[in-house]
This record gives sequence, structure tokens and C-alpha cells, in this order.
Amino acid sequence: MSQKTAPDEALRASSGGRKGGRSASVAGGAAAGGRRRLDRQTVAAWVLALPFVVLFLGFTAGPVLGSLGMSFTDIRQRDLRTPFSVNGVGVDNYVKALSDETFRKAAFNTAYFVVIGVPLTLVVALAAAVLLDRGIKRFQALFKVGYYLPVVTSIVAIAVIWRFVLSPDNGLLNTVLGWVGIEGPNWLASKTWAMPSLIAMAVWRNFGSAMIIFLAGLQGIPESVEEAGQIDGAGAWQRFRYLILPLLRPTVLFTSVTTGIGYLQFFEEPFVMTQGGPLDSTISVSMATYDQFGFGNYGLATSMAYILFVVIAVITFIQFRLLREK
Amino acid sequence: MRRTWWIYLIGVLGLVAVAAPFLWMVLGSFKTQGELLRVPPTWWPEQPTTGNYEELFSKANFPRYFLNSTLVALAVTAGNLIFCSMIGYALAKLRFKGRNALFVVVMATLMIPGMVTFVPLFVLVTNAGLANSYPGLILPFLVSPFGVFLMRQFFLGLPDDLIDAGRVDGTSELGIFARIMLPLTRPALATLGILTFLGSWNNFLWPLVIAQTEDKYTLPVALALYSTGQNAQNYGLLMAGAVVVVVPVLVMFLAFQRHVTKGIAITGLK
Repeated sequence: MSQKTAPDEALRASSGGRKGGRSASVAGGAAAGGRRRLDRQTVAAWVLALPFVVLFLGFTAGPVLGSLGMSFTDIRQRDLRTPFSVNGVGVDNYVKALSDETFRKAAFNTAYFVVIGVPLTLVVALAAAVLLDRGIKRFQALFKVGYYLPVVTSIVAIAVIWRFVLSPDNGLLNTVLGWVGIEGPNWLASKTWAMPSLIAMAVWRNFGSAMIIFLAGLQGIPESVEEAGQIDGAGAWQRFRYLILPLLRPTVLFTSVTTGIGYLQFFEEPFVMTQGGPLDSTISVSMATYDQFGFGNYGLATSMAYILFVVIAVITFIQFRLLREK
Repeated sequence: MRRTWWIYLIGVLGLVAVAAPFLWMVLGSFKTQGELLRVPPTWWPEQPTTGNYEELFSKANFPRYFLNSTLVALAVTAGNLIFCSMIGYALAKLRFKGRNALFVVVMATLMIPGMVTFVPLFVLVTNAGLANSYPGLILPFLVSPFGVFLMRQFFLGLPDDLIDAGRVDGTSELGIFARIMLPLTRPALATLGILTFLGSWNNFLWPLVIAQTEDKYTLPVALALYSTGQNAQNYGLLMAGAVVVVVPVLVMFLAFQRHVTKGIAITGLK
């Protein structure tokens, strides 16, 4: 990247040369060229950003502000048709949410799920991507599609199969454990094991998405990089750790942030497998929010969601700092 | 790197563990209700039947739902590919005032739990007269913060030298984006296309509230409505429906996955 200055100077020299009449000295030409380029960039940038900004203002920013407003009111489902009957209640909803026992339990469970689930998912996804990119050459498409199948499989089918795998008596997992003399627990009914079971299921179900993003990232890295490492005598692990992984950094940041955000909104697995039980041991913040929507308590529900949003924002910020881009 | 047999062994073991529920779903769609509910589950159907599919297709206007789903998913995918790559490039490679603020706003919306904006969005779209219309189904999803973030990250990985070279050659800023940089992000575009198409194809809650007459139903909506009521526990029908919904996505994935592939190795570093 140190070559960057050469074309830069060439550009300045050439643009300064073309419009030579406007700048008295070489230094002046460079400065003028630099400023003019910045203006062109600004115009181009806003042209490129415009469609997004228009759609974004209409269909995202508006609703976001609307829901933020709702979180400070006592709005209920029936008020949607007559919005002027709604009263502001200040931060009451936030206080209520934070002091609610179930919500606290949900916050703990969500944290548990994210702290274990996100790194596991990323490691499995990256391992699968490296396996496909560097190890498996024949039938690569078959493996790629195969690993991606859980992402497209109906949650209904996934739930049925996983209930069979985790079933206490004749379930697949406990049968296999029985062969080596271990008596497995009743996974989904155990306060200790229900959450790890759901984490395993989530990792299994979601690693395919991160895998194809890692694949796209890996395949953007030219083979010459690795060949150079090989010539310098670096082993496979060293090449991965010191050459590939640093070049993958934008991709790793992307997958860790999106997986993190997705897992913080953990919902479907407990919804189909445990309904949050046993004894709220798998209830998540999103499920608690969903329950309040279901009860028609829109104000309380949106305040819970905004608490989750603040937490997600803080965690994402930390991830950006840890995987600093430049 | 030498390909050894144990790499394939790991690969195949992983494949079996990962693909089994999908295969079970496909096989299950040919089973009778009684067999599907048996514990432990059977693997091969004992008396294979196409009854579930017949019931599914005889019930309603499936070509229509298929068409609706395809139309919506294609429009949403096209919108995301075009608009997200445009702003993604601007955020990654162009210097302009407000860039950081714009990026922070994009990231913030990525973090807002989807169900939060659902109610206000519904009120807004309904008041705009877009309920039960294709624009109502498509417009809210034409751009996604996820897509912007993805494209930005990929553009970040491309060397600046290419842009400078384009400028030296007198290419306009938009020309540099469209003709030099965009073609280099083909793996990212293929990835975003696959993920967006899949997301739109499986989108359920929004079409459920926006599509009010049958001619605007998408597949997931139709399936859900036909498998509730007396069919609530009809797993065979659900499995068949899930297969019908997933097959086009798999075909698309097979067609495009090779674009998420080698040979587009980023130039400029070579």
C-alpha cells in the first residue's frame, strides 16, 4: 500500500499540468488539484448515496422515530386507530422493563447465548470455508450447497429433527452417549442443558451464512500471497495466522458484527423448541419483547426493544474498536 | 496444498451431520401424516405418497403465489445489489463530508430489532395507500443496512491504486465505480444476491399483513394460511410446502454459487 503515493502524485501533476494556467507553482497546483478532487468525490458520493438515503428516510428512519416515540407512551394495540388518545408516560416503560424479573432473566440468557454462540459460529464457519477453499477441490459445489442447507431448511423440519436428536429416551444423542456408558440428560427439560442445546442448534443452523461470506473473502485473496509465505518457509498454520487472517480482517469484522447483532436478537430457536422454558431458562430479550407485543403492551414492548438496541450498539462499537480497520 | 483423504472424510462427516434434516424434510414430504408423527422418526417413507403435494397444489392458486414471490424477490434483490453497492462504494472509498455520520446511521439501523419498526412501518405504508400492492411488498426492502455494510467491507478490501489509476486516465468518479471497482466485487454481489433473494423469498410476517387479497399472497403466506385451521398439525403438508418453497432458492444458489468463486482474484495485488 506504500505505492499509493506514486499515482497520487502523478494525478496531481497531470491535473496541475492540464489546468496549468490556474496555478503559479508546482505546490499550488498540487493543492488546487487536491481540493478539486475532493469536490468531485463529494458530488459522486452523494449521487451514489442518494437512492439509499431517500428509501431509508421513508421506510426506515420514519418508522424508527415512530417506534421510539411509542416507547415513551402508554400505547396499546387498540390505540392504533385513534392515536390521539395515547398519553406520554416518560421513561416509565423503561423503568418497568428494567425492574422486571423475566426481562432480567432474558437479558442474562441472551448474553449467555451470544458470548458462547457467536465465537463458536464464526470458528465453525471459518473452518468450513477454509476447508472448502483450500482443501476440497472435487465436488466443491456439492459441499458448499450441503453446508448451506440448514440455512434454507424450514424451521419446522429443523425443530422436528432436533427434538429427536435431543430426546431423552430414544434420542440420537443419548443413544450415542449410551454406547460409551454415559447417561445423557433430558436436554431440553434441563435448566442446565437447555441453553447449550439451543446454542448447538443455532451454530449448526447459522454457520452456513457466515461460511459463504468467508468464502467470498478468502477467494478475494490471491494465491500469490500464500505462495510467497510458502517460499519464506511458513507452515500452513503460520500462513493462515499471519497472512490470510489479517487480509480477512474486513470480512471477520463483518461476520462478527452481523452474527453478533443477529444472535442478540435470538428468537426462533427458543420459540420453536422450548418456548423459553424450563422456568424461563431459555427466554430471550426478543421473546420477552414479542410476549409484550402479544399482550398488546406496545409501549413496554418497544422500550424493551430499545434497551436491546442500546446494548447492541455498545457491543458493536466495542467490536469495531477491537477489530479496528486501519 | 496436498489433498488428502482425511480432509474429505471430515468434509463428508460434516455434510452428513449438516444436511440430514433437509433430506429428512424432503423424504418426509412423501410420508403419510401417521408415519411423520411416529417416534422415533422413520428415515425412508414406508408407503411413499405424493398426496401432500397433490393436496397443496389442488388447494389454491399456486402458480400465482409463485409468480408473486418471484417478482417480489427479484425486485428486492435487484434494488439491494444496485443501491447497496453504490452507497457501499461511497462509504468505503470516497472522501466526503458526512461520510462517518452516514455510516453510523446505517449501522444503527442494522442494530434496531426488526419487530420494533414493524408497527409504525405498517401504519405508514397503509396510510400511503400501499397496502395490498406490489410497491407495498417491495419498497420497504429495496435497501438494507446489511447490504450496505457487506458491500462497504468488500470495497474496503480493494486497493486504492486502481481508483488512482482510473483518475489518472481521466475516468469520471462514477465511471471508476461502475467500470473498474464494481466488476471486482462479483463475489460480494453474488453473496449479497443469494442472501437477499433468500431473505425476501422466506419473508413471512410483512407479506402476511400487507397482502390482504389472495392475488397478492406470496408462497410463505399462502402456505401458512393453508396449513392453519384444521390443517394446523398437518406436518406432511407443511413439509411439502417447505420443499416447494426451498427448491427455487436452491436452484438459484446452485446457479450463482460459482460466482462466489476463484479467478476473480483481486487484481492490483497480483
